[in-house]
Amino acid sequence: MRIVSHPILEFQKGRPVKFTFEGQELPGCEGEPIAAALLAAGIRVLRESPRLHRPRGFFCAIGNCSSCLMVVDGVPNVRVCVEPLREGMRVERQEGHGDIR
Amino acid sequence: MKSVEVAMVGAGPAGLLAALAAAGQGASVVLIERDERLGGQLIKQTHKFFGSERQEAGARGFMIARKLAEAVAAEPAIEVRLSSQALGYYSDRVIYLEEPNGLVKLKAERTILTTGAAERMLAFPGNDLPGVYGAGAVQTLMNVHGVRPGRRVLMIGSGNIGLIVSYQLLQAEVEVVAILEAAPYVGGYLVHAAKVRRAGVPILTSHSVKEALGDREVRGAVVCRLDSAWQPIAGSEVSFACDVICLATGLNPLTELAWQAGCRMVYVPELGGHVPWHDDDMRTSVEHIYVAGDCSGVEEASAAMAGGWLAGLSAAASLGHDRGGAELRKAAREELVALRAGPTGAKIRKGLEALSRAGGPA
Repeated sequence: MRIVSHPILEFQKGRPVKFTFEGQELPGCEGEPIAAALLAAGIRVLRESPRLHRPRGFFCAIGNCSSCLMVVDGVPNVRVCVEPLREGMRVERQEGHGDIR
Repeated sequence: MKSVEVAMVGAGPAGLLAALAAAGQGASVVLIERDERLGGQLIKQTHKFFGSERQEAGARGFMIARKLAEAVAAEPAIEVRLSSQALGYYSDRVIYLEEPNGLVKLKAERTILTTGAAERMLAFPGNDLPGVYGAGAVQTLMNVHGVRPGRRVLMIGSGNIGLIVSYQLLQAEVEVVAILEAAPYVGGYLVHAAKVRRAGVPILTSHSVKEALGDREVRGAVVCRLDSAWQPIAGSEVSFACDVICLATGLNPLTELAWQAGCRMVYVPELGGHVPWHDDDMRTSVEHIYVAGDCSGVEEASAAMAGGWLAGLSAAASLGHDRGGAELRKAAREELVALRAGPTGAKIRKGLEALSRAGGPA
């Protein structure tokens, strides 16, 4: 899903990094939002709603709507549409409200 | 505690111009931005702006953002705080900021709220499925991060955002199956509509989305025709295969800080919902708080820049700074009037009239 050539834009991407989604290793670019790397890999279901267990995905891309909350390196409720991707991040789908230790 | 004369919350087009204006008048300025970069939503806008040369006509949004960010960096009176989220505004004029290194308290003699707007949701079954995305989000994903949102997009809304994002999807080699418009006419500028139509994208007026199809993700949409009362016409349903339903159905001003600070709020549908009452100098009912850009009424970036410039000049003037500010303010107000002239500005003019009819600050 990555755009390789564009009539107007050149994309300045960070260095290639690896991270895991539900234990599966995926490629991404350092510094891009985690959600961008997941969507580039075709992963669209990011969490489940707490009560009805409805799948939820990306929506606003400005950290405003809470649709994309995921568990990142064990920390729940991370807004992956604005959280920069780092090498080795462990990203998991969030179910429920998240366990805050 | 840190202190400053003027703080802007949000470094989009309004905040950037407000900062440059206030600093230019001699005020000390802190520009607060929750993102990692300056520019707000300008950074994803690849289309060329209209207007006059002073309004950057012919330039693309991301180029304007770059230019304004350079101007801000060259201005020693402006301190930029990135990755800084304003959490609250308190009666002693203190803003609480959440930053990577912890909480920061900032006392600002004047605060200019330039927080922008957020995408509006549309009610239909399945609207929470992954694949139903805001148009601004789609634009950010593909124009800033270089990732396509999907393969086949159904666009809801034919205002300028719906039309422009449809064209940008085509530029990113994504198929746009159709643009739906609930009204019986196209909402945005005809020059944008003509561009997508020439590229073969149908614009279906008096149509809306009835339901998103798909179990775990969007796989399609049921579309229906609307009658003159905007009600679905039974039997008119058609299904489209698509993996993205893109909502370009308008924006709501982001006004949490204004509410919390006790600004008098007025409901004006033409301005996008509840907006802080403000006078011709962009001052709200709380005398040390000013407002500009989409959070003062949803418009477009040119008006946000002119409004931000005016708010920055006004806030600086209220603190006694004067480097020809009165003349500049007059010119800024005239610029706003010119931007809102003509049939395309009718809605915003109506909204601003309603705001002014709503009376004074009390």
